[in-house]
Amino acid sequence: MKLMKKTVLAVAMSLATVTGVQAAGVSDDVVKIGVLGDMGGVYADIAGPGSVVAVKMAVEDFGGTVLGQPIEVVSADDQNKADVGSSIARKWIDDENVDVINGAVASSVTGAVTKVMTAAEKITLIAASASHAFTTKACSPFNAHWTYDVVALANGTVKPMVASGKEKWFFITADYGFGHALEKVATGVIKDNGGTVVGGVRAPLGTTDFSSYILQAQSSGADVIALANAGADMVNSLKTAAEFGVTEMMDVAGLLVFTQNAQALDPAIAGGMKLTTGFYWDMDDQTRAWSKRYMERMDGKIPSMAHAGAYSSTMHYLNAVKAAGTDEGKAVMAKMKETPVEDFFSRNGYLRKDGRMVHDMLQVRIKTADERTSANDIFAIEKVIKGDDAFLELSKGGCEFAMAK
Amino acid sequence: MATFLGINLFALSGQLLVGLINGSFYALLSLGLAIIFGLLKIINFAQGAMYMLGAFFAWMALNYMGINYWAALILVPIVIGCIAILIERFLVRPIAGEDHLYSLLLTFGIALVLQGVFTHLFGSSGLPYKIPAELSGGTKLPFMYLPNYRAWIIVISLIVCGSTWWVIEKTKLGAYLRAGTENPQLMQGFGINVPLITTLTFGFGVALAGFAGVLAAPVYSVSPDMGSSVLIVVFAIVVIGGMGSIGGAILTGLLMGVVEGLTKYFYPEASATVIFLVMVIVLLIKPAGLFGKEA
Amino acid sequence: MKINKFYLVLFLLALVAPTALYPVFLMKVLCFALFACAFNLLLGFVGLLSFGHAAFLGTGGYVTGAMMLHTGMGPELSILAGTVAAGLLGAVYGKLAVKREGIYFAMVTLALAQLAFFFYLQSPFTGGEDGLQGVPRGTLLGMFDLSDNMNMYYFVLAIFIFGFWLIHRTIHSPFGQILKAIRENEPRAVSLGYNVNDYKWVVFIISSALAGLAGSTKTLVFQLASLTDVHWHMSGEVVLMTLLGGMGTIFGPVVGAGVVVTIQNYLSGGELGNYIHIIMGLIFIVCVLAFRSGIVGEFQKMVKKNF
Repeated sequence: MKLMKKTVLAVAMSLATVTGVQAAGVSDDVVKIGVLGDMGGVYADIAGPGSVVAVKMAVEDFGGTVLGQPIEVVSADDQNKADVGSSIARKWIDDENVDVINGAVASSVTGAVTKVMTAAEKITLIAASASHAFTTKACSPFNAHWTYDVVALANGTVKPMVASGKEKWFFITADYGFGHALEKVATGVIKDNGGTVVGGVRAPLGTTDFSSYILQAQSSGADVIALANAGADMVNSLKTAAEFGVTEMMDVAGLLVFTQNAQALDPAIAGGMKLTTGFYWDMDDQTRAWSKRYMERMDGKIPSMAHAGAYSSTMHYLNAVKAAGTDEGKAVMAKMKETPVEDFFSRNGYLRKDGRMVHDMLQVRIKTADERTSANDIFAIEKVIKGDDAFLELSKGGCEFAMAK
Repeated sequence: MATFLGINLFALSGQLLVGLINGSFYALLSLGLAIIFGLLKIINFAQGAMYMLGAFFAWMALNYMGINYWAALILVPIVIGCIAILIERFLVRPIAGEDHLYSLLLTFGIALVLQGVFTHLFGSSGLPYKIPAELSGGTKLPFMYLPNYRAWIIVISLIVCGSTWWVIEKTKLGAYLRAGTENPQLMQGFGINVPLITTLTFGFGVALAGFAGVLAAPVYSVSPDMGSSVLIVVFAIVVIGGMGSIGGAILTGLLMGVVEGLTKYFYPEASATVIFLVMVIVLLIKPAGLFGKEA
Repeated sequence: MKINKFYLVLFLLALVAPTALYPVFLMKVLCFALFACAFNLLLGFVGLLSFGHAAFLGTGGYVTGAMMLHTGMGPELSILAGTVAAGLLGAVYGKLAVKREGIYFAMVTLALAQLAFFFYLQSPFTGGEDGLQGVPRGTLLGMFDLSDNMNMYYFVLAIFIFGFWLIHRTIHSPFGQILKAIRENEPRAVSLGYNVNDYKWVVFIISSALAGLAGSTKTLVFQLASLTDVHWHMSGEVVLMTLLGGMGTIFGPVVGAGVVVTIQNYLSGGELGNYIHIIMGLIFIVCVLAFRSGIVGEFQKMVKKNF
């Protein structure tokens, strides 16, 4: 580990001397935003192409130029693969003068990309990933984690359920960084509130048949099956649970459910399920106004919290570039952390020292078929969770550089 | 709950049944491979892609043309069989005299193209296909709640596999087929159109994969990758069973599904690898496979 | 003599290439070229189609990555460890696979590689879907800082030349002549008293170790080892590179790797990323139907015919 840190530092230093740290102004006469996402895979609906649209909207709303220089947006498909993502990031930095990356969905990709970006002293705006590692043990002064994370999800969804007497839990976990992190954090919340975890299984990303996992959950004697997975995995596991009659015997808690997933599910199966989200398009006039503009560009598809987060983070970044008078990573990040984040997406938001963007989260309930007035009418908002209650405290995260001072 | 020697019998029976369902798919797919191999001596790498195609055609038939599940179960395999016949006639036959490795590579290429086209058209996140109303719901067994559709999978694939076996082993048509496998020149001499039989066999073998695809659509989400992962398992099953017999292919398929189910109960971590491990053991003990006839 | 001049020119070109082209791209080409050459040793010179060579590429990558991350060893020893590990796995897999021939050999290797894939997916040291991230490149012989792309490039070039030379030597040795005899007519080789399976086994080990060497080097270049390297797609890719470049030719796999990596590089950034599998599949079909000798093979035929 020590060796690695040294190398990262060395890479960073040598890059700094090669490029010559810009004191002010815009490097290469352009501010280039790279949008990295899953363009055709399991997360394509919740981030991917929609995030590209959201970032482009932010650039247009900002005016298309900053400090007298044009703002460009490029995008690429990371296929949810860490190696693909990191080599695109590397190419963008080395060859195409990209200044900031917005996106990367799967936490494995985000992990690899942020390492490349940090070495180059450039900012990553993380708008769709869930793992809280990027602001805790794998934190970096160049990470800005928007939208949500596993801690906020577990606090918002698990805590009230345990408190209401659902004490025995069984996990179906996506077998990679995000799933493991979500399971670990949720397990902590369950134990802190007096519950127990009676078992769990790990299913690879993109599992098509969840029936044997559901049977294991069924025979575990748990009160609740927690789905620590996302996207299509979450939808498929819930569908299978319903098929095997499990939803009638025990509760199923989807720990990460995007609006799109809830929309794809039969209300007869998913109706009534409670979950936590960072944004809902139909919350108030501000969210509806932005979502309307987004839907016009996306053939009427509603935005997810990741799309809204991509817009919000890009806008905040561009404002910071303007305020700092440069696109140099460190200076921009300093400005981003100075200024509060208040827009249609973020309420009472601020970017903490460790890179965590703390803002109010929503606890929602999936509406039943009778409650719905249209195909896009999906959630009923039950409660607003204050940002500081939702996210992990800075002191508990163990992010070294942020706790040093 | 009923337990015996610390084994939760309910949970075990549940896993065995789920294993049998998976085994039904393995049996259909490896049966198709075995039939094609018997006459053409090639391994169709596109078998998984055709299975995927079957699921997608069922989905498209329902959503674009309003053709329901039952009609799709008959029509889709026919359409896929026809596609296979074109592939055999125009792509596979021209290289029939070459090393069989070339046909493996050719069908691998076809598989990549099909998978790529459907990823491009539909993305890889998977499409939902509703269980037909007639088979929704389930039956309460003493040890588990068995969804009716899953029971249907086992029943219908046993029927299809069984009748295919009967036709090939017990009828005159099957006799021609088997003779064509042994000595195509002699058959040609008897005035039997061997190329035609070859083409039809290829079509039928692939149609079985298409049938399995339609069957799978309601339970596995319809996605472009659904074929490739199952195909590699089926390859291992083919190596385990050996290519010698039709019945062997069916039995090995079902058996491996059950073995997988057992593993899911006793040691779930190995459930993804157990079939490959069985293959290793079979290679060590009986390299020709359990039902293989060659030396 | 003519051949030597040809190699000399290529060598000089390789030395100056990174001034004109993106070094990371060149390193990727070299790694895959070595991988394809190792694979071609089996397919082109013994006639064995391994559909599971990704297992060895990935093993080399994971072991090297883990060594660099968790032990204090330098890049030389880590690469060596990766290569040896891949060779050992090759010894086990090869022993099993040579029991079957032809199409069965392909299926067995594919299934064995899938076994490796699941092992790496589940075992804790590989990081599962995350892979091994942030692998340091280290310092070569305690002198050359490999985090510099130019230093790394020449290191990769040296490794490639070593691997290429080794394959060249193997083919032109008496051992290589026996391999050729096995490919041309296996029953005759058996009747001449050669234990064919042992020969196949040894060459399988050499091939897998070299594939591991390519994987180890690739991990250092990209500072990452991931499941992509052990996935069956990767096994398919190396078959494609060899087929396209010309199997059984010494230089074909290098050309094939160059072409395939260039296509991927060109497509991956843009809107056409989705077409990558379609295009690769089409190349497969065209190669098998009409272009069986590959680029180098066809070129050699043309030269023979016209000069």
